[in-house]
Amino acid sequence: VIAAVHGLLARVLGDFGATLLLGVGLILGYLTFNVLFLIWLERKVSAHAQRRLGPMEVGPHGSLQTIADMLKLLSKQLVTPVATDHFTFLMAPILIFVPTICLASLVPLGDAQAFANMPNGLAVVVVLSGVTVIAVFMAGWSSNNKYAVLGGMRSVAQVVAYEIPVLLSALSVVLIAQTLNLWGIVEGLPRWHGIPVPYAVLEPVAALIFFIGITAETNRAPFDIPEAESELVGGFHTEYSGMRFALFFFAEYTNMLVLGAVGATLFLGGWKGPFVHSLPWLGPVYLLLKAYAVVFLMMWARWTFPRLRFDQLMSFAWKLLIPVALLNLVVTAVVLALIAAPA
Amino acid sequence: MPSPHSTDVLDTYTLNMGPQHPSTHGVLRMKLTLRGEEIVAADPVIGYSHRAHEKMAENRTYAQFLPNTSRQDYLSGMIYNFAWVEAVEKMAGIAVPERALVARVILAEFNRIASHLMWVGAFLLDLGAATPFLYAWDDREAILFLLESVTGSRLTYCTGRFGGLNRDLDPAFPDRAREVLAKLRARWREYERLIEDNVIFINRTKGVGVLSRDLCLSYGVTGPTLRGSGVPYDVRKAEPYGAYARFEFEIPTRSEGDVFARYMVRVLEMQQSVRIIEQALDQLPGGPILNPDSIGVKKRLKLPAGTQYYAVESARGHYGILLVSEGGTEPYRAKFRTPSYANLAVLTDVMPGNMVADAVAVLGSVDLVLPEVDR
Repeated sequence: VIAAVHGLLARVLGDFGATLLLGVGLILGYLTFNVLFLIWLERKVSAHAQRRLGPMEVGPHGSLQTIADMLKLLSKQLVTPVATDHFTFLMAPILIFVPTICLASLVPLGDAQAFANMPNGLAVVVVLSGVTVIAVFMAGWSSNNKYAVLGGMRSVAQVVAYEIPVLLSALSVVLIAQTLNLWGIVEGLPRWHGIPVPYAVLEPVAALIFFIGITAETNRAPFDIPEAESELVGGFHTEYSGMRFALFFFAEYTNMLVLGAVGATLFLGGWKGPFVHSLPWLGPVYLLLKAYAVVFLMMWARWTFPRLRFDQLMSFAWKLLIPVALLNLVVTAVVLALIAAPA
Repeated sequence: MPSPHSTDVLDTYTLNMGPQHPSTHGVLRMKLTLRGEEIVAADPVIGYSHRAHEKMAENRTYAQFLPNTSRQDYLSGMIYNFAWVEAVEKMAGIAVPERALVARVILAEFNRIASHLMWVGAFLLDLGAATPFLYAWDDREAILFLLESVTGSRLTYCTGRFGGLNRDLDPAFPDRAREVLAKLRARWREYERLIEDNVIFINRTKGVGVLSRDLCLSYGVTGPTLRGSGVPYDVRKAEPYGAYARFEFEIPTRSEGDVFARYMVRVLEMQQSVRIIEQALDQLPGGPILNPDSIGVKKRLKLPAGTQYYAVESARGHYGILLVSEGGTEPYRAKFRTPSYANLAVLTDVMPGNMVADAVAVLGSVDLVLPEVDR
């Protein structure tokens, strides 16, 4: 079906235009669905962690609740405080989506099914996942609100700190795979009796650090200090209301899925799974299942742990995660060198 | 580059936390002077829920003031209600039947547990953990349901009468109460595993907001906050009132004086309250619940002229009522010594040097009820 639509579009727009339009359309369409699903899932996970039922009224098991909520948010007045930096204030909720959508296009959905298969994909992923923070900081700074500024500042410091362990843990996978290409990383999975072994088995420490890192990068509890409700009211989005607030909310959930998918690609074997060779459509299904498993873990953590304090968060990253990730990288390199040496 | 310890006004900024803020527990306003995330000075501003309870007491009869009592502290209203009733009884010399005395202890202790449970939930919410809040409220709900079946209200109880209670405990009450206690006992272990064993919780609370023993005493801090600093002062033991003298219980104390100590004291106190209730249920005598001499439609209660101070241990600390009577049907003056007022004042001394996040933890740990501060 996709190929047929692509063919039709290509007659009008040319091959590049058609791919671009179709890719953006598919990704945006799926991500919108994903946000609706994840918000519902979060409410259900929190409810069951707290021995409640969660939304039950709108649709079966409340599955249409998010749509109702979104309609409500759409109908609300967009308040722009007088003393804001208007242009920056308006751009922030839009810009926060851009890096995430770019990221989504890089993740290989199946064997040779990525919208953009870049030779150094992982490097682009690392850069893009850090760019989101600029939009967060724009929101915090332009709001002209002390809570928002504090939230924005915290966010920058946090992302800078947690990008390093994320990068280091991803690098240890790169060392094994010998490539920065995301498709190549999955394709080059080490095999044990012919069965591909996910990198998480070989690099459990790196997988754990990566998970902690992406939890922090998505501002999720217990690392949600940029929007710590009990301290900073709403953090960087204190002054945002209506659909602009919803955009930040959506960006958080989109980010969760996309970073979860990157994590699944790096550590959980991406699209690989039983029977995927004979039934290629299983590829995206496996990838999404793995990504949602990561997202579920993030939700579980959120509803179990209290929040760290800002300085504890920083020392956790700088004094523990970074040295451990670095050590892990060195150990990986040494082991690989030793294995390679006799040959 | 300014020195990290400079107090230059240009390096700092003011953050108004409250009166509308998720973690100021009602309508407290904290004027925080910050350097980055560090607190340089904290100035609590109160009075946003002042309702002039003391003035209202002066132009109401003693009975008419009854509904006001539990509205001073909506979380342990039962204790405040009984305090007023007992203060008036003591001054007027009204005898209280045995059954009412013991029933008051049962109801007051249940209310204390409910108040502490609410605190556990709200405090953990301040630290960013949402789930324990729902667990604590689930347990609290069982208690509120029980108290509602006796008093007819869920929060602002008005069940005390001069000479007893307005209605008797029904025959099934002891069994239902024991069921609730059994449920609570089963929960302590769960709280331990979810909260006290959590490394993030320990890091956020241990060594944070340390109140020294002397500082507490100089500010008149009472209740669990004082006992968390190692002073075993509890009105129920120091000057036993009502039927408390006949029950066995301990006053849990911790010497550290930090946020974690205050948490532990409250948790242990709930267990002691369960102990008291169990003994009281065993000893609950029969007989009337209200002294028949003390009631009557046309009877207007007049207190002898004089001054009297009466104190009880509320869930937040030493609650005192100073009654001045000129012999009329209304008090000449009623002064309420509310524990949260002193407990709040001490914060000015411990806040500086902490982070903003700690401000929330420390503020939560003293268990403020703002309507009780403002009265």
